[in-house]
Amino acid sequence: MTADSAMSFLIPLPVVLALLGAGVCLAVGHNARAQRVISFVVLTAIVGIAATLLWAADRDGPQVVYVGGWPARMGIVLVADRLSALLLLVSAIVTLSVLVYSVGQGIIEFGRDTPLSVFYPTYLVLVAGVSNAFLSGDLFNLYVGFEVLLAASYVLITLGGTGPRVRAGTTYVVVSVLSSMVFLIAIAGVYAATGTVNMADLAVKLQEVPEGVRVVLQLMLLTAFSIKAAVFPLSAWLPDSYPTAPAPVTAVFAGLLTKVGVYAIMRVQTLLFPDSPLSDLLLWAALLTMLIGILGAIAQSDIKRMLSFTLVSHIGYMVFGVAIASDLGLAGAIFYIVHHITIQTTLFLVTGLIEIRGGSTSLEHLGGLAKAAPVLALMFFLPAMNLSGIPPFSGFLGKVALVQAGVDRAGWLAYLVVAASIVTSLLTLYAVAKTWNRAFWRPRTEEPDEVGEWVPSTGTKSGEPWGDTVTVTSVRSLPRAMVAPTLTLVALGTALTLVAGPLFGITERAAAELRDRTPYIETVLEDGSMPGDSAAGEVSP
Amino acid sequence: MTVNLVLIVVIGVTFACGVTLLLERSLTRIVVGTLLIGNAVNLIFIVASGAPGRAPIVDESDPSPMSDPLPQAMVLTAIVITLGVAAFLLALAYRSWQLEGHDEVQDDVEDRLIMRLADLDEASQSYEEGTGDPDEEGADPAEAER
Repeated sequence: MTADSAMSFLIPLPVVLALLGAGVCLAVGHNARAQRVISFVVLTAIVGIAATLLWAADRDGPQVVYVGGWPARMGIVLVADRLSALLLLVSAIVTLSVLVYSVGQGIIEFGRDTPLSVFYPTYLVLVAGVSNAFLSGDLFNLYVGFEVLLAASYVLITLGGTGPRVRAGTTYVVVSVLSSMVFLIAIAGVYAATGTVNMADLAVKLQEVPEGVRVVLQLMLLTAFSIKAAVFPLSAWLPDSYPTAPAPVTAVFAGLLTKVGVYAIMRVQTLLFPDSPLSDLLLWAALLTMLIGILGAIAQSDIKRMLSFTLVSHIGYMVFGVAIASDLGLAGAIFYIVHHITIQTTLFLVTGLIEIRGGSTSLEHLGGLAKAAPVLALMFFLPAMNLSGIPPFSGFLGKVALVQAGVDRAGWLAYLVVAASIVTSLLTLYAVAKTWNRAFWRPRTEEPDEVGEWVPSTGTKSGEPWGDTVTVTSVRSLPRAMVAPTLTLVALGTALTLVAGPLFGITERAAAELRDRTPYIETVLEDGSMPGDSAAGEVSP
Repeated sequence: MTVNLVLIVVIGVTFACGVTLLLERSLTRIVVGTLLIGNAVNLIFIVASGAPGRAPIVDESDPSPMSDPLPQAMVLTAIVITLGVAAFLLALAYRSWQLEGHDEVQDDVEDRLIMRLADLDEASQSYEEGTGDPDEEGADPAEAER
């Protein structure tokens, strides 16, 4: 191993530990308790490793490891720069909280028609895929990371194999497979044009590729990642497939999976295609994603679906920051990713609690929860206000940075997107306030429906492994193991305001590092630098 | 870089067949469609690897006329992944047949519900009418939307 920094041995660990943990979990499949302990230990370790990596990357610049000791350009490299390490840390914290929540939900104990030993191993494989995608310094390894997390997500989204989940899972799997195919074609094109898939190497070599070819490659990569990130017009799959899954699964998907796509867009745009001619296109995509997503959210009468649409809508903010590509724009986008991972996961976890307490997530069936469950009301209210960007929450701070960056860029299109982002913020407030009013504030009523018969919406009423004992009238006390992690995440999301100064410092340095590109390229290529013997399409002996 | 015309034609035809099958409603045909597209993509990698040469085995053949081994390694990875996903899709199709008696991909219930409301020109069931609204800031832009 040609590591020149003390910390680089830590880089592969988030992937390796998670995969090892998954294997051991499968081996002890009959013992749910052992599975829980293993998963918890592994994820806690990953949180610690990610924090160390972030500290090291912030102090010494990008940390690199050459897997298998192959020199750069020959083998796979894993790179932890500030962006990767920060996102790794946030995702590790979120996955750990969701794990505790899912233990509380008792997917394992109470399920009857689920192949139960599958949940924890699959969950760890998902974490391994996410970590691999964040850390990969190689385009093909990024593809493998995506596939690992997608394969795990296929299993999780169809957990239990009930009718609605099979229906939703089908859409999800087919769309994901298609996006992977587009990604593969793009990789083949990149390799044919440059003879390498190492991202640092590509950053240098793509400059010599003719402009037209470069734009085609960039468009293909952007298409593939936009499907994964649910950027309009490639977002229609998301609100269809997410709401039917179990609450912890939806929460972790909503928090992380789309953000991996956004991360890939950000990495490719800054490292491989700086100063691209496509930034106007991205601005349009951001504009439409925000507006159409939020208009969809307003029309929904189910909390999970409403949240899925706001998820799509707020992806637009991150794409906006990437499209501007100034220091402030990127810093704002990274800050927004951190904020949004935390908040969106929290909201879906709270929705899971609402479902247990109120028996439904449909707004027609809920009411009076503010009186019946004041803590739950607070747990919904704080992140909801945070999401819609009320000062002084972190959502507000992220939006201010993005709006500022948009105004700095100037030009009518940038101003238009800035206006749209403010309108979206207000409409988000409307959507969550409507939910708040219906589910929490108004007294409980059981009105008959005026418009036709009510069709059970998301398949979470019956046939669910643990949900079929919940009826509309059930008023249970909430399991402490579910409330504690949710409260932790609520507190974390609120505390983002308190640590906003240092956090924004890190995202600013991360953005500067992304824009500079040289630290990344030099750190990766320095060790394995060989005189240019790898011309296009030829093998270096 | 030389390109094999036969391979290009095969890729095009396979792709076209795959896309056609993908647009079907039956999940089994969609699976076959994704498999065809996956194979076409694998062939693209073969094209991307350049002119064919000797087997890329060290000490076996001369380095200079060797084929490029890297795309072959990538194709192998891609084949394995496609195989796994296809197996999962087939399981989904089978489960769908168990539950519904067919394997057609269904529309989303909520989507159809909202479309029906739009057809009837009715407000969503969660639309607040005239009740006191504690969060009044949110109501204004929404009114503009309606």
